[in-house]
Amino acid sequence: MTANDILIVENLVKRYDGLLATDELSLTVREGELHAIIGPNGAGKTTLIKQLTGEIPSDGGKIIFNGRNLRRHSEPKRSHLGLARSFQITSLFQNFTVLENIRLAVQAHSGHSFQFWKKVDENKKLNEPAHKILQELELEEQANTPVYSLSHGAQRQLEIAIALATKPKMLLLDEPMAGMSGEDSERLIERLAALKSRYSILLIEHDMDAVFSLADRISVLVYGRAIATGTPDEIRDNEEVRQAYLGEES
Amino acid sequence: MNWLLLLEQILNGFQLGLLLFLLAAGLTLVFGIMDMVNLAHGSLYMMGAYFCATFTGWTDSFILGAILTLPAVFILGVVVEMIALRTLYSRDHLDQVMATFGLILFFNEATRLIWGPIGLVIPLPDFLNETVEIIPGAPYPAFRLAIILVGFIVAGLLYFIVARTKLGMLIRAGASNREMIGALGINIRLLFTLVFGLGAALAGLAGLMAGPILSVEIGMGESILILTLVVIVIGGIGSIKGAFIAAILIGLIDTVGRSFLPEILNLVLPEASAATAAPAISSMMIYLLMTLVLAIKPQGLFPPRGVGR
Amino acid sequence: MTISSRHILNTALLVFLGLIPFITDWMGDSFYTGLVARILILAIAALSLNLLIGYGGMVSFGHAAYIGVGAYCVGIGAFHAFEDGIDWMLNGYVQLSAALLGSALIALIIGAISLRTRGVYFIMITMAFSQMLYFSAVGVETYGADDGLTIYLRSDMLGLIDLNDEKSLYYLIFASLLVVLYLMHRLVESPFGNVIRGTRSNEARMRAIGFSPYKYRLTAFVIAGTIAGYAGFLMANLNDFVSPDMMHWTRSGDLIIMIVLGGMASLFGPLYGALAFLMLEELLSSIPLTIGGLHVGEYWQLIFGPLLILIVLFARNGIDSFLPQPRKSS
Repeated sequence: MTANDILIVENLVKRYDGLLATDELSLTVREGELHAIIGPNGAGKTTLIKQLTGEIPSDGGKIIFNGRNLRRHSEPKRSHLGLARSFQITSLFQNFTVLENIRLAVQAHSGHSFQFWKKVDENKKLNEPAHKILQELELEEQANTPVYSLSHGAQRQLEIAIALATKPKMLLLDEPMAGMSGEDSERLIERLAALKSRYSILLIEHDMDAVFSLADRISVLVYGRAIATGTPDEIRDNEEVRQAYLGEES
Repeated sequence: MNWLLLLEQILNGFQLGLLLFLLAAGLTLVFGIMDMVNLAHGSLYMMGAYFCATFTGWTDSFILGAILTLPAVFILGVVVEMIALRTLYSRDHLDQVMATFGLILFFNEATRLIWGPIGLVIPLPDFLNETVEIIPGAPYPAFRLAIILVGFIVAGLLYFIVARTKLGMLIRAGASNREMIGALGINIRLLFTLVFGLGAALAGLAGLMAGPILSVEIGMGESILILTLVVIVIGGIGSIKGAFIAAILIGLIDTVGRSFLPEILNLVLPEASAATAAPAISSMMIYLLMTLVLAIKPQGLFPPRGVGR
Repeated sequence: MTISSRHILNTALLVFLGLIPFITDWMGDSFYTGLVARILILAIAALSLNLLIGYGGMVSFGHAAYIGVGAYCVGIGAFHAFEDGIDWMLNGYVQLSAALLGSALIALIIGAISLRTRGVYFIMITMAFSQMLYFSAVGVETYGADDGLTIYLRSDMLGLIDLNDEKSLYYLIFASLLVVLYLMHRLVESPFGNVIRGTRSNEARMRAIGFSPYKYRLTAFVIAGTIAGYAGFLMANLNDFVSPDMMHWTRSGDLIIMIVLGGMASLFGPLYGALAFLMLEELLSSIPLTIGGLHVGEYWQLIFGPLLILIVLFARNGIDSFLPQPRKSS
């Protein structure tokens, strides 16, 4: 554990009906690092993300983000501390346009929303940052398209765009490539590579090519425990990991 | 404190509670399994009373009338489910509220058309019209005692069905995990229709038993519907056990409160205002209880597992 | 902004409503002024409820209670002015403040508890609260209990406007409707309105991007309740009568019907819905058809009930879906 760890997870526990979904899990993410988490289905990856964001309470252990213990912080509060998340199953504002989706995320981080009179359409403080993110993620052309008529690939892009709009310090990306075509996911890999320098990222992904090309470090999760952590090369050569996980895949 | 009066009121409380339970059991199952808000449940209760009044008139026997009413309300429930409600399961609660509100209007108006605007009376046979001495010096109407008896028997039967039979297993599975029964390859449509019919028959039973003591009239379903909704919300939607406990609780609070609150209020208020305030306060107590329960446990006292999605 | 045929239709409707007193004068039948005034008041209440249901996804089933609270503030004031000669209680501004503050406070309490629950529980608990108010009105013998209160003296607006003049009262109601429409229009497109709509659309995501929806929802709940309380203030003056029945849960059901009839997703929907609801009632109950000695019109709910089911099943957006569609603006 070093001073530049932005996220420290210690002995984290989550029980469902006596079943351990997260079992004394510990890991760290360094500032500016892309830390990937891999593991078979049911290893507890999404549960971990939910515990980190505060969507579900933990039954034990500690989460320290940016030097702060998150125990007493609610989900919205953690977002304000700089923790942003994308969803494995696309979770957008379906009847809103792309711009409105992003603008809402910008709005969440521009002071309180007890403003009853001024139209959001005419609010520069919200629209300018939103347009910037639209540009960055090449969603400008679809700015006024309602989300429900957007392609799956574009919806996945928007997932990340919304996360970026909350001015995060760290991104928790839950299978951002889920269901994407080959072309789309290649573009997304490039994008993540570019984001890597600006944010600390915790990435959950099944696409091994993506993981091994992007990650600085990889943790392997099996039955709610991190059985190994290391650089891509170390993980590739780890005997235990091969047995537990990679062996089944390749 | 008058102990005999208290005993009588407690029995009355059980009697109201068990009636509420008969209504709540069907409603909570429909809520729990099909995730369906059915405001028209009170209409089935009303139809039970009206059917029984008519059949009793035809057969000259309350018992025969009651026996004929049960299958009639069951069939009515099945028909309503197949025609109007089936398509609503997949809709949101607002749609269900609206459509079943429409059903209430329809049933009330149809009843007025068929039976007229004036209420009916269900005559009881002599042996039910008598009083029974539960303990020496405490006479109690036989019919009310019969309601309590029937209520407990049906509660026991329901418990047996839900806890011990295959149908009950499916019902429990449905209440806690809707997708699962689909995965089991069960004919869900049939199960839903059956459960709805069963709930209707129970509501009808409550109606035919309430008919002779309250009055058989249009709108009788609405006032009791709200009480029933309070019961299932307090008990936890989808839970038979919760419905039973909450129903008895509400029955006791309502009846005992109504008769003893004036005395209690007399201690702090002048007699006249105590007498007028008491009925309103005891009506409110039920809602206060519900508010209290939901403020502490937003899912009710006994939420079935998995329902809180 | 371009002018769409929808705008023209809405404007035409408002102009027509604005001319109603003159039209009925010309027809020589002022009964309809009262009827339309009642519709407009219900439209105001339905508009406020639509903020919760249509935009916020909060199916509040007790909205009529706030109308009752507002109305009773007028009724009680008039009662004491008439019976006990307490003149200040007839002061319209005192009554109005009481109506607004009272309904706001009650909405705050009910909302604070109810909004902790979701879905069916929310529907039920709001309904239960309104029944609580209903029963408390039934229980107060002084103010007429079941029978309600007849209002012998309308609110005294100190010469600014004379509510005893039917035309002035109508225009107060009409102007109130315009103000509430404009208010809703601004509210829905404001940052606050975006939070309310966003929470309806996807509450989990709202929390994930850093919103705590509860306080915004509670605020919306109070705003809606206060406007309904204002509608109650108008209603009491129009009807010269208040009774517990105004708060009965079926009255709340009527308001929801109006919203569903009119179409939830649109600003004008509740107005169209309120018009349609009361017109249907008038129309169906005056069907000049007699079958076997029975006036069909007398049993109008026999038609209205199934009609409601059909609307829910087949015309999900109500009247709104039959009107020219506005282009998505943004």
